[in-house]
Amino acid sequence: MNASSITLEICVIALGVVLMLADFWMPAERKKFAAYAAIAALGGLLLISLSGNGVCSVFGTAFNGAFVEDGLALFFKRFFLVAAILVLFMAAEFSDRIAAGISEYYSLIVFALAGMLFAASANDFVMLFVSIELITITFYVLTSFQRGKIASLEAGVKYLILGALSSAFLVFGIALIWGTTGKLNFTELAAVAVQFEANKLFLLGVLFVLVGLGFKIAAFPFQIWVPDVYQGAPTPTTAFLAVGSKAAGFVLLLRVLFTAVPAVTAHWTDLLIVNSGITILYGNLCALPQRNLKRLLGYSSIAHAGYLLLGVAALNASGQAAVMYYLAGYLFTVLAAFTVICLVARQTDTEDIPALAGLNQRSPLLAATMTLAMASLAGIPPLAGFFGKFLLLKSVIESAQATHNHGYYCLVFTALAGVVISLYYYFGVIRAIYWSRETPDLSPISLSAPAKLTVWICIAGMFWIGLFPNTVLNLANEAANVLK
Amino acid sequence: MSILTYIAGWPLLAALALVVVPHNYRVIIRAIAVLATLIPAVLAVKMFCQFVPGANGFQFEQQIPWVESLGISYHVGVDGLNVGLILMGAIVAFAAALCSWEIQTREKEFYILLLVMTGGILGAFASLDLFFFYFLHELALVPTFIMIGVWGRGERKNYATFQITLYLSIGALIALIGLIALYLQSGANTFDIPKLIEHAKTNPLPVNAQHFIFPLLLFGFGILVSLWPFHSWAPLGYGAAPSPTAMLHAGVLKKFGLYGLIRIALPLMPQAAHHWMTFLAWLCLGNILYVGWVAMRQKDLNLLIGNSSVAHMGFIFLGIASLNLIGITGAVLIMIAHGFLAALTFALSGYIYQKTGTLEMSRLGGLCRQIPFIGTALLMAAMAGCGLPGFANFVGEVTVFFGAWKVFPLVTVLAVWGALLIGALYMLRAMRNVLHGPLPEKWNSIPDASNVWRKLPYALLLASLFVFGVWPRLLTEKITPDAQKVVAMANPGLEKTTAVVISEIQNPQSSIRN
Repeated sequence: MNASSITLEICVIALGVVLMLADFWMPAERKKFAAYAAIAALGGLLLISLSGNGVCSVFGTAFNGAFVEDGLALFFKRFFLVAAILVLFMAAEFSDRIAAGISEYYSLIVFALAGMLFAASANDFVMLFVSIELITITFYVLTSFQRGKIASLEAGVKYLILGALSSAFLVFGIALIWGTTGKLNFTELAAVAVQFEANKLFLLGVLFVLVGLGFKIAAFPFQIWVPDVYQGAPTPTTAFLAVGSKAAGFVLLLRVLFTAVPAVTAHWTDLLIVNSGITILYGNLCALPQRNLKRLLGYSSIAHAGYLLLGVAALNASGQAAVMYYLAGYLFTVLAAFTVICLVARQTDTEDIPALAGLNQRSPLLAATMTLAMASLAGIPPLAGFFGKFLLLKSVIESAQATHNHGYYCLVFTALAGVVISLYYYFGVIRAIYWSRETPDLSPISLSAPAKLTVWICIAGMFWIGLFPNTVLNLANEAANVLK
Repeated sequence: MSILTYIAGWPLLAALALVVVPHNYRVIIRAIAVLATLIPAVLAVKMFCQFVPGANGFQFEQQIPWVESLGISYHVGVDGLNVGLILMGAIVAFAAALCSWEIQTREKEFYILLLVMTGGILGAFASLDLFFFYFLHELALVPTFIMIGVWGRGERKNYATFQITLYLSIGALIALIGLIALYLQSGANTFDIPKLIEHAKTNPLPVNAQHFIFPLLLFGFGILVSLWPFHSWAPLGYGAAPSPTAMLHAGVLKKFGLYGLIRIALPLMPQAAHHWMTFLAWLCLGNILYVGWVAMRQKDLNLLIGNSSVAHMGFIFLGIASLNLIGITGAVLIMIAHGFLAALTFALSGYIYQKTGTLEMSRLGGLCRQIPFIGTALLMAAMAGCGLPGFANFVGEVTVFFGAWKVFPLVTVLAVWGALLIGALYMLRAMRNVLHGPLPEKWNSIPDASNVWRKLPYALLLASLFVFGVWPRLLTEKITPDAQKVVAMANPGLEKTTAVVISEIQNPQSSIRN
């Protein structure tokens, strides 16, 4: 047993506990500083993990192989740390809209982060289940945190019911897999999975696990909860849900598909292709008529789950690397959009697209950020989204040429249709910012220094990943090596 | 650093600089934009003069690795095929910036987009890397949509924006898929165009892969160039666009797809090219005859010019389809000539629209007396459009017909009718309606282009048309050696025939003059 390999996770959980305890002694007006303290602590952990000689760079397994520390885990741990830091900045800005228990809000974000860190390292179905539950249960609370708002409570209840249902599928699937094979560890399972290729119960088990993960990443047909929850939840929660929770789903999906049951995955190409194609079309088509910005981003997040599934369906190393690269770009892009919503909605109290009218006069910085975020989501160069989509399409065409499966060509053209459709609603948001007819409110929006910092980090991230893809792409390639 | 990096870099840098200039500093904003397009134009002229015709390989090259793992690098360089295009693009961009006085609202945003467009497209033409080639074109394309949507004119502005965005995004994405498939299929693990071509000489692409990839590039690029029947976005889009945007797009951006076909598709996929070229030759009749016929029925001057611009694309496609040295040389010549011409006509129609508020030909008339400078320039542009000798278009069209005659005699005969009769008919009729006849009273007081700055863009574009029209050797001596390389790659096993063709046109422009 090698407990030292979970030092990072222990630190994060300790931070969550300290944040809760700090609530006892901290005067109400200084609670905002709890968030900044947490950000500083997480920033320190991020630096250690980036430096490459700290606790998480010792690769290996622990707890009888249930916990694995490798390139893939490291990539996603850094990702989750960055996401949590930016979300905490947002939460600090949001704190005045939460009636009570703001310290709990911060600490729940940190606990969800701990769940994600465990998910990145999960190499065992028990670990997978526990980490997913840790993420999901904290999100039940985070979603319904604005207790005074009916929409927030409704979102919480919907997320709870559908989340519980998907957990049931997940547990059932794990039970079926364990029942048929007697293995829970991914590495051990991979060794025996070939024998069970034709076992219907085993395949059903794998399918149920994929249903549970499909819920996390919001892939069709498990996306029903997304629009309502995205719209109703407090904005920092939505942002963390869109980035952290989705990425956790993807790291687990990659591990299950490519390390636990690669033999089954190879037969399920068509399922993955169809799933990806429908998710792309569903997300993009449903986003077209939306008027609420968070709901729009909810549907757009479904569409992006579909794009990310392109890389999974490609079943090759470049596809897996593309998924990770795309997620890295998506992190900064989506957090930029939600930060702007969080800052603008404070003044206007609505989150509809027309509320953005005249934003370029109220705050040029926020208007530019939102424009860049939309352009990056639409995949316009030189922002992060363009190179990400390029890599995803490349990986699918690579598979198409290698396997001569015509489904891949259909998938490429479906993705193309999705991108063209999405231009319409992303441009709609930009248009609302700069060129609306009526500009109801032109009072300037004042930004605090931390808010400005968040926005600039997101902008820098979008340009950095789009213009200098080398660093992130090399990390993603290293991480994808694990999945061979 | 290569001069090409400066040509594409200055406008992009200036666009960044404009972001921090306050809105109300109008003069400064305009001065920065004009200067940032003047510098590339001057540099492009300098480069054009320094260019050594027929030299081996690329000139003014620069290469910086970007993503090693995928073989992407920032690689720019010119040969005979793109040196003229870059010169044309830079001059048109300068003229477009000068014509932007018509923009009165949100000038800062307009100039930023105009500069991004300029830098993007000049970079795309200079790029010798497949990825940057596409990337920079896409960077130039997106501002077009925004400019038409925001500063566009006419009742059908929104519809036109919607249509042009849809068509061009689909075209660009289809081409992207073709380019990625090409990269993966080549097995060279590089996006570098010269390396891909070198690699293809020893390991040609399998024929069945060519038959899949070539149509993607042909139709993807074809949509971007308004190949019939995917042309309907063009007249509407140009009709609704503010004139600087129409100038840059119709003049420069549209040539991207044609350049891509000549630079990438023909040398790398010769078998598929031969297979598709007969089909392309008949499609281009759609451009020349059908769209020419549509142009005859137009009542709006801008729609007429838009349709005529689509019709001209047919000649270029015909030159490409002939797949021989004369045809390809002619295609590149028309690309350059049409760039100047399209920019000139849209600039002039934009002027008339600014002063009169309409472009409906039945409501105009007699303008030549009221605005002699603009009127004369428009008349000369129309003559160039009909293919009158003395202007660069004539040189290109004649060359294309000579090239195509050997391969597609029937198509050429029909196309010549299109060029001579239909083109002359609608152009002359439009000129009569707009410039001659009685002057409606309400136009009695509209002013002519008053000072040197206002006259400069039109004069510059006319002069360019004229210079290349009477001295086409400036271009042909540069184009022919490199077009010959393309032709040699596109006709594997036909080296002998090519050699005969070359000997026939030892002195290309002498046959053109006669």
